[in-house]
Amino acid sequence: MASGQTAIAAKGVSKLFQGAGQDTVVALDKVSVAIRENEFFTLLGPSGCGKTTLLRLIAGFDFPTEGEILLHGQDIAPLPPYRRPVNTVFQSYALFPHMSVAQNIAFGLEMLGKSRAETQARVSAMLKLVRMEELRDRRTSQISGGQQQRVALARALAPAPKVLLLDEPLSALDYKLRKDMQIELKRLQHETGITFIFVTHDQEEALTMSDRIAVMNRGRILQVGSPRDIYDRPSERFVANFIGETNFLDGEVTGVSGAEARVKLADGAVISAGLPEGLAPAGRVSIVVRPEHARLVPPGAPADLAGRLETAVYFGTDTHYHVRLDGGGAFTVRTQNSRGGGAGFAEGEPVGIVLEPSAAQVLRD
Amino acid sequence: MASAANPIEAVQMRRNRWLSLPAVLFIAAFGIGPLILMLIYSFLKAAPYGGVEWSFTTDAYVYFLFQRDIFDDTLQFAPDFLIIYLRSFVFALITTAVCLLLGFPTAYFMATRPPAQRNWWVLLITIPFWSNLLVRTLAIMFIIRDQGLLNGFLIWIGIIDTPITLLYTDFAIVIGLLYSYLPFMVLPLYSSLEKFDFRLVEAGFDLYATRRQVLWRIIIPLARPGIIAGCLLVFIPALGAYVTPLILGGGKHLMIGDLIAQQFGSGRNWPLGSAQAFILMAAVLVALLFYVRNTSGKVQHGR
Repeated sequence: MASGQTAIAAKGVSKLFQGAGQDTVVALDKVSVAIRENEFFTLLGPSGCGKTTLLRLIAGFDFPTEGEILLHGQDIAPLPPYRRPVNTVFQSYALFPHMSVAQNIAFGLEMLGKSRAETQARVSAMLKLVRMEELRDRRTSQISGGQQQRVALARALAPAPKVLLLDEPLSALDYKLRKDMQIELKRLQHETGITFIFVTHDQEEALTMSDRIAVMNRGRILQVGSPRDIYDRPSERFVANFIGETNFLDGEVTGVSGAEARVKLADGAVISAGLPEGLAPAGRVSIVVRPEHARLVPPGAPADLAGRLETAVYFGTDTHYHVRLDGGGAFTVRTQNSRGGGAGFAEGEPVGIVLEPSAAQVLRD
Repeated sequence: MASAANPIEAVQMRRNRWLSLPAVLFIAAFGIGPLILMLIYSFLKAAPYGGVEWSFTTDAYVYFLFQRDIFDDTLQFAPDFLIIYLRSFVFALITTAVCLLLGFPTAYFMATRPPAQRNWWVLLITIPFWSNLLVRTLAIMFIIRDQGLLNGFLIWIGIIDTPITLLYTDFAIVIGLLYSYLPFMVLPLYSSLEKFDFRLVEAGFDLYATRRQVLWRIIIPLARPGIIAGCLLVFIPALGAYVTPLILGGGKHLMIGDLIAQQFGSGRNWPLGSAQAFILMAAVLVALLFYVRNTSGKVQHGR
């Protein structure tokens, strides 16, 4: 896991592209982030959020308009890609079609001027690592998408880069293969001990694979944290919305103590909610509660919120209850189904909602 | 032939076969027919005032390499024709090589323009075809002759005092060939580079290849089909060029095309002209077979 040493860092990095006509497109807006050694770090965001641009700046395919990119404290921003100890797994794999699997993997080593013996040994080791030994002499056009993916990984790992960049490498694979490759990638990262920077728009992929996630939108990093932090303690509305399902509630801060705030909700209930770092709000705030961090109770029982059950949707493993709140607004509660445990809430009936302790989180906006 | 198993498709394929019939008939009548005629002529005797006499002889092929001594009737080796053939091969090779050197960067430039711009560049490349080759070759003559634009310019800027003789030299012929055939190199190279996935260049850079290594290890191997097509399209017509050496070489520096034309004109030796044409064809075929044998395997794998 993360040893704490910074492997690669961006300092105030901006990237502007000249768009059509007069307008410039701001792809990255003063982004700063530090990625630790041996970390599986994910850049997560919708398409056009700047995550791939940041990756390309680290790889050296583009150069920042301003700011520094530090590799172990040294600014590598002006270096061409072939002078950076960083390798990339491309979204399209970009395997060389005129070379065999083994020749593809050997390419980087040959360019580094390694001896033939060393290259061959390393190629064999890489083929073993990605379990492709039998296909070493195949043309890359003669193997499946999943196999091409493995070759692309082996090719990028062969020169033993300090940092491996992965640009949505799983997006071209079907669901089953993607699941397998997620596990495979974690295994490879563990075995090689290389820092992985993984770009994806798939929140589930990000949550399951990463040590830490940076959520990006419109050229900015909104929040950096562990998957649990990001999911349980989203600090911005965009983050809460982008990752998983969530409930938004309006409230008024009545008091702050440490990292907790007392918030009075629209229909009078007062709950405690977590605060993002460095925020001391007053007045009206938005808070979020994940659907599985709340449960329904019969009317009359002590509850944080009250409303009327509109629909209950059965999903096999769990049931989603959509509640119309008395104070206005909608709230979804997700309850895991237990055997024989029919919840017994009828649609159209009044219900109460109890929030789990520290389930609520105040948003920055 | 899995598709032919479907009866409807089989009928369609049978119908589609006839679509090529007009072209096949045309080529047979005006391409293969004359070739057969020429083949027959090459084994006949030359009539004194042009045309042929209908008696079989291999003289035309013998006289390609030998001369009959007028006193003792023995055959003597006479390399005059062979030299013209060799010179033509050298000219064609130089033309092909320089076209490739000039054409590759041009095609690369075109292929890396935004897609909307590319068609304009292709159009620009085809502009020379809008006017006749003869006219364009005469224009070159006006540029490079002693009182021409080039010499005038060089004297005006003071690099030289007296004109350099360029016209009616080998240099003039090669310049003319280069100019005539460069588009035939650029277009196939462009169509091959246009399909090239430029992300492979980034992959190469990422794997520590310098610009030069990316060019030699990735771009050129993958552009090979275009390079081969372009070289064939330049080499073969350049080898048989007629107008260019006639005008720019001034008839002193013959190439194969002029030699053959001469036999049908002032030489009045149709069988010799026919034989020379067939020897050229045979040479090109042998060269091609050799070339294809040595490269086709790699090309297929490269796709």
